[in-house]
Amino acid sequence: MLDTAKTSRVEFDYSGGERLMMNMGPQHPSAHGVFRAILTLEGETIVAVDAVIGYLHRCHEKLSETLTYAQYPSIASKTDYVAAMTSEFAYVMAAEQIGKIEVPKRAQYLRVIMAELQRVASHLLWLGTWCLDMGGALGGGATVFLYCIREREMILDLFEMLVGARLLYGFYQVGGTRYDIPDGWAAKCRETIDIIDQRIGEYESLLEDNPFFLARAQDVGVISRELAEDVGIAGPLLRGSGVNFDIRRSAPYSSYEDFSFAVPVETAGDCYSRYRIRMVEFRESIKIVRQALDTLPAGAISSRPGLKSVAQIRIPKGDAYARVEGPRGEVGCYLVADGSAKPYRMKWRGASYSNLSVLPHIIPGHKVADVVAIMGSVDPVFGEVDR
Amino acid sequence: MTRDEAKTRIAERFSGAQVEPASAEATAGRGMPLVVTIPPDQWLAFAQFAKTTLGCRFFSFSSAVDWKEQGLEVIARVENLDDGVALMMKTKLGPGVSSCPSLVPVFRGANWMERECYDMFGIRFDGHTDLRRILLSDDWVGHPLLKSYAVDTPYPPYR
Amino acid sequence: MKDLQEWEQLHKSRPEGDQHSPLFESVTEGIHSFPGGFVVTTVADAFLNWARKSSVWPVTFGLACCAIEMMATFASRFDVERLGMVPWASPRHSDLMVVSGTVTIKMAPMLERIYDQMPDPKWAVSMGSCANSGGPFRHGYHVVKGVDRVIPVDVYVPGCPPPPESLLNGLLLLQDQIAHFKRTGKRAAPNPKVD
Repeated sequence: MLDTAKTSRVEFDYSGGERLMMNMGPQHPSAHGVFRAILTLEGETIVAVDAVIGYLHRCHEKLSETLTYAQYPSIASKTDYVAAMTSEFAYVMAAEQIGKIEVPKRAQYLRVIMAELQRVASHLLWLGTWCLDMGGALGGGATVFLYCIREREMILDLFEMLVGARLLYGFYQVGGTRYDIPDGWAAKCRETIDIIDQRIGEYESLLEDNPFFLARAQDVGVISRELAEDVGIAGPLLRGSGVNFDIRRSAPYSSYEDFSFAVPVETAGDCYSRYRIRMVEFRESIKIVRQALDTLPAGAISSRPGLKSVAQIRIPKGDAYARVEGPRGEVGCYLVADGSAKPYRMKWRGASYSNLSVLPHIIPGHKVADVVAIMGSVDPVFGEVDR
Repeated sequence: MTRDEAKTRIAERFSGAQVEPASAEATAGRGMPLVVTIPPDQWLAFAQFAKTTLGCRFFSFSSAVDWKEQGLEVIARVENLDDGVALMMKTKLGPGVSSCPSLVPVFRGANWMERECYDMFGIRFDGHTDLRRILLSDDWVGHPLLKSYAVDTPYPPYR
Repeated sequence: MKDLQEWEQLHKSRPEGDQHSPLFESVTEGIHSFPGGFVVTTVADAFLNWARKSSVWPVTFGLACCAIEMMATFASRFDVERLGMVPWASPRHSDLMVVSGTVTIKMAPMLERIYDQMPDPKWAVSMGSCANSGGPFRHGYHVVKGVDRVIPVDVYVPGCPPPPESLLNGLLLLQDQIAHFKRTGKRAAPNPKVD
């Protein structure tokens, strides 16, 4: 406590060199999860950022050594919980690569459909929460949020019809998928994506005619191409900085080479270009889902059906790194198998972990209000960051 | 720069490196990494070589594996996005050794990745400017991903 | 059995009850002990409990996957605002903390700090299996085996994640608990009569 008896004079100095350390604590209304940023401010301009993570470290990598290949995929969905389908995808692909397990064509197409639907749902949540952060919960921000959640609920209804769960599924299994699409699902899916396709146009016109949105998103958070590659960010962040790299196109997995879709690339590297990329990705994902539904082959959904015990899948010795293009970037799983039913080591390459590590490089120089816009456009999910 | 070209370049520059294709080849062959095992003292030099000569400017991740009696192994994956060449670099630190040169001077992305390796495995990276724990709190005792650490180690007062 | 014993020993409860002004308490006790005064306190109870339960403001405290389902509950399809619950960012102005997600050892002190900042009477809903007991991550070294080791919990909502219908059910159960506050200050016993 200040001893007022001793200090008779208090001096103030506003010469401008005063630095203030401000804590953007693990609980803040920005709705991105548990992230702590210790900002060093000079006035209102940020000079340095120390990102403290680990508030959601749930020991995935250690737990995976105690869970079998049949048990872990549903836990894997809890890393990137907004896009659970793509999270599970990486793990099962890694196990299949080491074990040289074939996946039937129908299962591959089903996986693609679910991954692309999940991309649409994830981007809807991204758009909703980003606009919510920038607009404020009680201000105009909730408008876009509620609209996007309305569409997202439609996709989650599709998933619930298929798997029984809305958010975290155990849909992917080593060797294929766990469920097949029920009757009427394909028709409902087409209906849903038609509605969403039309509504994306509405959101674009709502946002892009808004000068406040443009002022907050353009030229904010510029990531140069060289920084992007050096730090290892991926997904819309990398493509927003001019690098034409999409794993679905450059290293296709699970029959992505059968579908025709465009990969959007922008060169400006700011929040607005990342926004444009995600808006285009909506439409491209919808295109892929339509193509996949039209050409869905009949057949088995798994090359290992009838799993009778949790320890039934044994993967021989070896290691592999499998990656998928998640909505946030490259989600990868480096798996070291030792011949038993449980992995020896599993390293989860979370897209958001690498994406978030670019923040200390791009935030200095911006104002405090820009941090919210930048965090939203980086779109971190802390299950992936902290694992 | 194709994979075979990369292989020959590595062989002529680093005689101590063992190069092999990844243990699982995909049908397309694209994106499957070349696995290179390098002695630890050449770790940084190889990373520099990969970035400048092989054009692998994209730093994907780096991590470690605990092989119990054989010691720790540090891995890193870098990629050349334009040519589609991926390189999985591995280095065995040997039994009892827990320090390794840091890749931060070459790739900025190694910063957080190596902090996580330090946090989880106790590997000290020489040349890392800010080596402190990242996922666990600073006063945590032990390095969880080592095989000697039990998954349900208690931590009073919360567990 | 061992888990139950651990829970008995380690979970938090509210031994001293809520804090409220001693003057208020002495006035209500006085009215209640006056012959016929119970009519006044019962009517006051009914009114105040109705007011309390109809405007429970949750503090936005989403930790992990359950936070997404909590956000879906706050959105327009499942809409908790019709129950009077306005999500509010500041803990100083909220009544309810919905702990949605896994509580880790690093996060537990922050959670406790936020809970302490909320004024009395306050409630806590543990949403999802991670907050109930540690969930699928229970055996992890960095996971707290249930948020009730950190704060006292009033309603547990199971699920991984609980769909919005389950969370709404939990919030309605909480409203029922609030409706059973006696003499404007005493909390109800843990299991009030629920249909």
